[in-house]
Amino acid sequence: MGRRPPSRRGREARRNLTAYGFLCAALICFGVFSWYPMVREVLLSLQENNFVDAPRWVGLDNFATVIEDPAFAQAWINTAAFTGLALLIGYVIPFCAAIVLNELRHAKAYLRFVVYLPVMLPPAVSVLLFKWFYDPGAGLFNQILGFFQLPGLAWLDSTDTALVSLVIVSTWMNLGSGTLIYLAALQTIPSELYEAAELDGAGLFKRIRHVTIPQTRLILLVMLLLQIIATMQVFIEPFMLTGGGPENATVTVAYLMYQYAFNFGNFGGGSAMGLMLMVVLIVFSAVYLRVSRENT
Amino acid sequence: MSSSRRALGLLIVTGLGLSVAACASTAEPPAPAASATGGSARAAAPVTISVGCQPPKTNPLQRKDWDDDVAAFQKLHPHITIDSKDGFPCHDVKTYDAKLAGGQMEDVFYGYFGDVQTAIKAGQAADITPYVDTITTFKDIDPSVMAAYTVDGKIYGVPRGNYKVGLVYNRKLFTQAGLDPNTPPKTWAEIREAAKKISALGPGYIGYGEYSAGNTGGWHFTQSIYGRGGAIVDETGKKAAFNTPEGKAVLQNLKDMRWTDNSMGTKQLYQWDDLMRLMGAGKMGMILGAPDVITELHDNRKATYEDFGLAAFPEAKATLGGGDGYMFNPKATPEQIKAGLLWLDYYVLTPGRGQFDYARQKATGRAVGLPDNNVWGDSPTGQKLLELRKANSTLPLENFSAYVEGSADVPLKLEPPMNQQIYQILDTPMSAVLTRENADIDQLLAEAAAKVDSVLSKAS
Repeated sequence: MGRRPPSRRGREARRNLTAYGFLCAALICFGVFSWYPMVREVLLSLQENNFVDAPRWVGLDNFATVIEDPAFAQAWINTAAFTGLALLIGYVIPFCAAIVLNELRHAKAYLRFVVYLPVMLPPAVSVLLFKWFYDPGAGLFNQILGFFQLPGLAWLDSTDTALVSLVIVSTWMNLGSGTLIYLAALQTIPSELYEAAELDGAGLFKRIRHVTIPQTRLILLVMLLLQIIATMQVFIEPFMLTGGGPENATVTVAYLMYQYAFNFGNFGGGSAMGLMLMVVLIVFSAVYLRVSRENT
Repeated sequence: MSSSRRALGLLIVTGLGLSVAACASTAEPPAPAASATGGSARAAAPVTISVGCQPPKTNPLQRKDWDDDVAAFQKLHPHITIDSKDGFPCHDVKTYDAKLAGGQMEDVFYGYFGDVQTAIKAGQAADITPYVDTITTFKDIDPSVMAAYTVDGKIYGVPRGNYKVGLVYNRKLFTQAGLDPNTPPKTWAEIREAAKKISALGPGYIGYGEYSAGNTGGWHFTQSIYGRGGAIVDETGKKAAFNTPEGKAVLQNLKDMRWTDNSMGTKQLYQWDDLMRLMGAGKMGMILGAPDVITELHDNRKATYEDFGLAAFPEAKATLGGGDGYMFNPKATPEQIKAGLLWLDYYVLTPGRGQFDYARQKATGRAVGLPDNNVWGDSPTGQKLLELRKANSTLPLENFSAYVEGSADVPLKLEPPMNQQIYQILDTPMSAVLTRENADIDQLLAEAAAKVDSVLSKAS
């Protein structure tokens, strides 16, 4: 006697059970690794907690403490400046690189690999590489400037150039990812549009202005928002290259947050800073979601 | 130096302490504590103590040495059983505070000097004042070291090791620059002169290196101002006290070396790893540092011990120091505390035994001779330790003699309160004088002092 095939309802129940299983796993992962830390951060920001004594509720004292910190305003200014410079440099360069790569007829795969290569390097390695590049004495950059009879720069050691130097590192490290995304977007543009533009006598720049940019508007906007969100969290560059110096010129919000939590032992202060940054990023994330929704 | 850098530094000291503790001497020196208590040991009730910081299985030699010492100790004190607790690192930052808060520490638990206040505040450190005479060499322990374990006149632990900051210098570069490596600089003026000569060796050579980022600048400013007799905070601990002639001298000296002498290289914003790398590479002449710096250079930077010398802190009136040791769980009974102190007396605080069994250390081919962990200073016990070290040395002791002779009487001064926040603030004047030729020292110190006052007033 063969086994009785499951009923339709049974099959649906089993399917649903599997789906709920997957859902539960995802919910647990998000709950443990995303939502719980966020809730914990909110709680910590309202507590004095050294993980030794019982936590003490202090209301908004932690926020007041970090806001009154002399480095607080500087950290936000630096972060905003870094984000702005990263948009100026790091937003334009990958797009231009993608256009160039898209226009190339030869060695496409090789050049794409070369552009993407820095992404494959661990960030710490890239940062240390630039640490040598930036050395005012024997560093590569000053050697190049010297070759062209130009005076060397202090790069990381000057309050004038330190932040820009960090932006250059960041741009180099992330160039590959941005370029590939732009390249993918460029390749979805129908070639007929370019042919029509060419027939109308449009040169390269006019084709970019009237075909490429309008056709990639959505991805450009999304990338802009994602880049703002990412660059506002800049940490590894100041942490490894400058230690926040010289004279606090590269102290960022994330770096100060780290200082509070892990060097000052003030987890409440660190959480308060994190929360403030989170609120700012939530605003940009909301805009990002809205833009994505409106354009899909 | 940031807390992680400091932690690493202390771990190195700890590691060295453990390595010193290793070895298996077949000849057992007499145990002073045993003779003091041995008579009553047989009659005493059995007592078991858990003790932290047993070397892990991954360090089989050191673990064997510990186990051998435990066995020998238990033979001398049959009523005491030691329950060793494996720990690597002995101070795990991820779990230490949580264990402390939960009262989960061993009866005799390990900690850095900086942990003492935390443990007391958490009610997790026992007052051992009535029992400290169990330590035979207690009276000889440097009072400035014991200050780390003494709060309001009560004693909460005993040290295992300590360090005082001195001047680490590259003997090879000294020779190349025409300087005598056996007479290292004793004053800041001599350091300046030596740094100029080393820098003159050619591109890439740096006479003197200094930190100025990641809180390490503030940490070394503190070292320097202590050395000049200054302070970071006043006696109340509520006001900055570094905007003084001593503080100005620290910054002016660095500014002169950087911009007038050009003896500090062009690159600045160094953090701990940078100076270790440059010293290890043999391109930097001098830095401020403790003996553990030489261990770091040897163990992790492929440098040879013979290339480095250690001198006392120049013109030192005091020296920043730190260290590690043992405290006691408040749940421990008086008998357990006494038993624990007997063990520490045997293993930790007797020259020639346990961690200071240099003969055993030499027999197993380890480096002997670095002038570290002498918690007794220039006292008779300290002298005895030095003699034993000398008798068993595998390193050229003369390379460190300037440090040993010059540091013995220099009082150890501990870090200021809120130290990491203060160090971050002091990074600014340090980085300013090293990266900006027109830096205004008076203004920098005044601004930093105002910021530190603000931090301290909030903390209080």
